[in-house]
Amino acid sequence: MKVLVPVKRVVDFNVKVRVKTDGSGVETTGVKMSMNPFDEIAVEEAIRLKEKGTATEIVAVSLGVAACSETLRTALAMGADRGVLVETEVPLQPLAVAKLLKALVEREGPRLVIMGKQAIDDDMNATGQMLAALLGWPQGTFASRLAIEGETATVTREVDGGLETVALALPAVVTTDLRLNEPRYASLPNIMKARRKPIETLPPAVLGVDPAPRLELVSVAEPPRRQAGKRVGSVAELVQKLRTEAKVI
Amino acid sequence: MPVLAWLEHEGGAIKQPSRSAVAAAAKLGEVHGLVTGEALNVAATAAAKLPGLAKVLTAEDASLAHGLAEPLAALLVRLAPGYTHLLAAATAAGKNVMPRAAALLDVQPISDIAGVLDADTFIRPIYAGNALATVRSRDSRKVITVRAASFDPVHTDGGAAPIEAVAVPAVAYGSRFVAAELSKRERPELTAARVVISGGRGMQSGESFKLLEPIADRLGAAIGASRAAVDAGFVPNDFQVGQTGKVVAPELYVAVGISGAIQHLAGMKDSKVIVAINKDGEAPIFQVADYGLVADLFKALPELARELEKNP
Repeated sequence: MKVLVPVKRVVDFNVKVRVKTDGSGVETTGVKMSMNPFDEIAVEEAIRLKEKGTATEIVAVSLGVAACSETLRTALAMGADRGVLVETEVPLQPLAVAKLLKALVEREGPRLVIMGKQAIDDDMNATGQMLAALLGWPQGTFASRLAIEGETATVTREVDGGLETVALALPAVVTTDLRLNEPRYASLPNIMKARRKPIETLPPAVLGVDPAPRLELVSVAEPPRRQAGKRVGSVAELVQKLRTEAKVI
Repeated sequence: MPVLAWLEHEGGAIKQPSRSAVAAAAKLGEVHGLVTGEALNVAATAAAKLPGLAKVLTAEDASLAHGLAEPLAALLVRLAPGYTHLLAAATAAGKNVMPRAAALLDVQPISDIAGVLDADTFIRPIYAGNALATVRSRDSRKVITVRAASFDPVHTDGGAAPIEAVAVPAVAYGSRFVAAELSKRERPELTAARVVISGGRGMQSGESFKLLEPIADRLGAAIGASRAAVDAGFVPNDFQVGQTGKVVAPELYVAVGISGAIQHLAGMKDSKVIVAINKDGEAPIFQVADYGLVADLFKALPELARELEKNP
């Protein structure tokens, strides 16, 4: 079974982002970029399926600027077999990404797509669900456990009140939550090996998709900043302040 | 044309995040509420009482009993032509279904809105709430999830909307509900609580979360946790407050043994009053706290429980 894993290049999760002074976006020049953490979990899960003999080939896909090939190299160093880069300067939104991925799925024929539940830059939490919709496939979102048996994927999902389990008839789309696994670090020999793994580059037009954004970014602003308050010296003082000053208890 | 809000219900009541979604929807036009599932009489009656609803639609079918995204999205697509906007709360269920419906409608969804500027223009947090984006949709129909903490929920009483049953499309889909394993809760839900008390890595074990209980009991608080505490296995993931967990904005948020990582702040920094208890006086949580107490939580928590027992 072939598994497709989309990976997104985002501002590293340790970076404190800064809004550009002209309000046009967030500063990304000279900022450390990494693979979206949820996508690392997706790559790891695909590798584990391959180690179990369930998956036969893992194709990592990234969409965006040329530098996304670095993100693909990371996936290859972790253990993906080959990469596909859909290269474009157009800022991609989930609908366009889902359409491009659908075209790639039709080209590659995977039985399973595993991807992060959300990217930590735009926090949309949408692309997996949208891809599943466009393909007419079932979806298992926010997965904390995945088991494949025959033609069924059993997915345990993180929901608001606890956990929920659904059974999906393959082919299907699964999106990852934090507790699904702990992604491995790529070893140096694997990083070297990854350099020789193939990456194919395509323009979006080849896939017959117009990637133009539907959401216009009007402006980006800093959120109102909270002022640090006061220190209290004791528990008794804290309770007294909450009662008489803040009046919240 | 009216707007449609999908309403989640539990035990016959409309959930608070959905009541916030109604509040957001009311800024866009006349609101119809949609209730889905089986045996909907009580839930539909509760929905009809929400102020601000002009009509309640009920879609009763076994396929909708567990909120599976596939049949629910098909229903939303069927109803969509009568509405300018489709909204739901940005809960696990809302986030699961709305993008699916949006893709079927060839619409780019607008996730987790925190503000409505006009019918096309919305404010939404990005980068874990470290920036606020204003976005304008070019789609003729909008599909939206609503950050519940950013909109005061409508009341549970005061309305008298008519109830109308709608047909449920028969669709084939490849998913099947197997089981739910829901945490037992004697406390208010995190996203609905007036007071939230959360523990972090500093709690050191799941066992010590018990120290939060008498305080939560006394304050009628929900108990939450940071991602670090969840990752360490102290408590289940549904306790998690943060970018990848729940977003809360209670009257009072008490952060205990939480350092204040960006991704945690994303989930609680809109709380009205924030209290931090941490033994590290340099912890970033103190930069957002209204009241900071530098103390060993294992001493401070029992003391806090005792102090709250005293009458003011």
